[in-house]
Amino acid sequence: MSQFSAVQNFSRRDVLKLFGAAGGGLALGASGLAWSPMALAQNGEARLNLFIAIGEDDKVYLTCHRSEMGQGIRTGIPQVLADELGADWDKVVVVQGLADKRYGSQNTDGSRSIRKGFDKMREMGAMARTMLEQAAAERLKVPVSELSTANNEVTHSASGRSLSFGELALAAAKLPLPEASGLKLKSAKAYTHIGKGHTIVDMEAILDGSAEYGYDIQLENMLYASIVRPPVLGSKVAKLDDKAARAVAGVVDVITLPGHQGAPSFQPLGGVAVLATNSWSAAQGRKALKITWSDSPNDGHDSSAYLAQLKQAVQKPGKAVRQQGEQSQSWPADKTIEAVYSVPYLAHAMMEPPAAAASVTDKGAEIWASTQTPQSAQGTVAAALGLKAEQVTVHVTLLGGGFGRKSKPDFCVEAALLSQKSGRPVKVCWSREDELQNGYLHAISAQYFKARVGDKAVEAILQRTGFPSISSTFAEGVDEPSASELDLGFVDVPLAIDSLRCESVKASAHTRIGWMRSVCNIQHGFGIGVFVDELASKRGLDTFTMWRELLGKDRLETFSDQQFNYGNYGETLERHPVDTARYKGVISAVEQKVKQMAKPEAGQGWGFAAHRSFTAYVAAASLVEVTQDKQLKVLKTVIAIDAGTLVNPDRVASQLEGAVMFGLSIALMGRISFKDGRVEQSNFHDYPLLRLSQCPEIETILVPSMAPPAGVGEPGVPPIAPSIVNAIFAASGMRIRDLPLSDHFKI
Amino acid sequence: MSQSKLGLKINGKDYTLDADPNMPVLWAIRDLLGLTGTKYGCGAGLCGACTIHVDGEPARACLTSLKQVQGKQVTTIEGLAADGLKQAWRDNNVPQCGYCQAGQLMSAAALLSQYPQPNDAQIEEAMVGNLCRCGTYTRIKAAIKQASGKAERVDSTMEVEA
Repeated sequence: MSQFSAVQNFSRRDVLKLFGAAGGGLALGASGLAWSPMALAQNGEARLNLFIAIGEDDKVYLTCHRSEMGQGIRTGIPQVLADELGADWDKVVVVQGLADKRYGSQNTDGSRSIRKGFDKMREMGAMARTMLEQAAAERLKVPVSELSTANNEVTHSASGRSLSFGELALAAAKLPLPEASGLKLKSAKAYTHIGKGHTIVDMEAILDGSAEYGYDIQLENMLYASIVRPPVLGSKVAKLDDKAARAVAGVVDVITLPGHQGAPSFQPLGGVAVLATNSWSAAQGRKALKITWSDSPNDGHDSSAYLAQLKQAVQKPGKAVRQQGEQSQSWPADKTIEAVYSVPYLAHAMMEPPAAAASVTDKGAEIWASTQTPQSAQGTVAAALGLKAEQVTVHVTLLGGGFGRKSKPDFCVEAALLSQKSGRPVKVCWSREDELQNGYLHAISAQYFKARVGDKAVEAILQRTGFPSISSTFAEGVDEPSASELDLGFVDVPLAIDSLRCESVKASAHTRIGWMRSVCNIQHGFGIGVFVDELASKRGLDTFTMWRELLGKDRLETFSDQQFNYGNYGETLERHPVDTARYKGVISAVEQKVKQMAKPEAGQGWGFAAHRSFTAYVAAASLVEVTQDKQLKVLKTVIAIDAGTLVNPDRVASQLEGAVMFGLSIALMGRISFKDGRVEQSNFHDYPLLRLSQCPEIETILVPSMAPPAGVGEPGVPPIAPSIVNAIFAASGMRIRDLPLSDHFKI
Repeated sequence: MSQSKLGLKINGKDYTLDADPNMPVLWAIRDLLGLTGTKYGCGAGLCGACTIHVDGEPARACLTSLKQVQGKQVTTIEGLAADGLKQAWRDNNVPQCGYCQAGQLMSAAALLSQYPQPNDAQIEEAMVGNLCRCGTYTRIKAAIKQASGKAERVDSTMEVEA
């Protein structure tokens, strides 16, 4: 039924077809799927499984179980698998994994696919190679220790004999799975694919237009749905006149969807869906709907009044969330500086708005979606339809950007409900207006910083943060930040000062708040990034030196005895320490590069900021020009990352380039605002994104490191906005504390 | 809203569609003909994701009606030859998510067709209408520069099955 093909999204049945009937092949994994019962029997408890299969034709099928949204994971995960396996890259075919809990988490967010998967993927590769070598040893009647593996071949160099993976696959599949503890892993020096800038595996499909995204799915007999959702969170359809809509050529049905119950979570928002034989007819029908909406408690939400209140709130005492040393009681006026910073609501604005197709029959449901989180799509759809999770098959297409929006599967549920109600396959495609007006926004925020600055050092800092919590999306009545949000760049900056106090303040939610690329590090990186620059001015130091002074001596900060438990992005501090030496390493890398460059001309200035997030260290410096008539131009950005071991350095560099541009969109022009509970923006004319003509020269620095892989997709974003604001100060003497900069300059 | 029989020439092939002449080309080629390489991004001519060529000139398919392309040659990403440009895209590993790239390539191909060796200002002018949220602009610029000056008929089309 599906014409879905460009993304190699093989079902189990497809793989059986490949190997079963042909009588060859091998499927290995820690808890194998159905066609490899031996693997299952050997290691029933393992979670990450079935990443490698080999055909008799010597092709190597490597499963990517996480979602591709531009970060290069469909290339990166196979690189790690192929390395330990000893595979020939030209023979690799990437298979996109379906939603399946046996993979472990597939939620592609938090910059953790490689961070969390690196060791496991190497283990999977080594396990498969060990079995191939064992099979070769039996075939050649030589000790396994005399064999070596590379380029899809196991070689006995003493006798000059080689066997291809394809020749060994069937025999190897019959062997017991080796114990993970006995595997021999390569040393970093012997890597053949890790550390190489392999071209992305979807390149050709992107160049010829065959790359398939959620928006592109076409199923036989499928209807296209366009949904009007409530303009204010919590309002519902009070009255509907759909006569004119039903009269539009191509419109097949109009279906009212129920609103969410309780906290919005991943539930659809409800509203009215127009189903038609094509997208255009659905959109025309939608325009003809006459809907009256019920009142909502959020009708009065006005974001500028809300922000003014939030900025007041952070200037009053809040809840202590970190205390280092004694709380300072002394704030003499001549030694004290204070600042309040704010960042507005922001929308993801990925180029492909949310899109999902669903086919629901009496046998179950099948979903095709550009989702970052196939398993929660599966679970949420199953719950909405009254099915068991295993009755819901979720195919992951390519994602036209994600940035956290597609970690919320509400749009998959919409498609499933409409397919169930209409009895036909349905594709739901959000319009740009839908995406901006009914999203899960990055929280509006305010921060307060106060410091006592002595002659030789910054002696005390008090900092407060306030923003509506993501937790409010999942539980009603939440009105303060959660600890895990404060871990994102607020309480975890390893400042070596005598007295440091961090507080949070209450803030209620009036819209769906969600994750967006680097999450709370956006505002927290901005606050500390600008405040350190303000401290540098007060101390009479350059900002690089100010950072080094604040970070203090080289050490691993553990935050012990500081009244909070640091989450560290789900990592132990042993594996991913908070290392001030690595912080200073990226700072120096950028400082050196900037110092090699020509001095800024009149009206120009460099600004600098640094931030650790997702266990990676990033520093960024930007050169801007501010003219007399307040035209702002960003000329250059230098950005350095220490993200430990890099799997594909070219994709790391591209993520940094992308992070610079994402950060510039935030700094220069990003703002979603509310009036009468409704989002005021509707498309790219009033929610602009950075354009090619506004893009600075970008220089990326990848600091070499043997440390375990850290996150890469998100950590580049937080230091960009403060680097720009600090550069404006250097260029013009104007200190901006509220984003976006389009309020203050022509951009 | 009346349906009409409309003749279309896309990527060198003739099609007959029973559709509303006011329907944007974007939805006709995607939903009715299955040519999904041309992407929706805004529906308002603000992002360039749906860029196609009409008689060799770049046009936004979301704002171009079927009526407007009667008797004209439409080229989509599926029919774009532009080998030198595509090679430059490969060499610079340009795409991230890839979604906007069809539109970027169509705009870049039209630029090189008009100015085989564009300067920075010409590149900016031609590409300013194409948004990329992933942030591939620096590589797009590098790829266009690499491809510039290499003669090729970028407006030529390959015949493809819809």
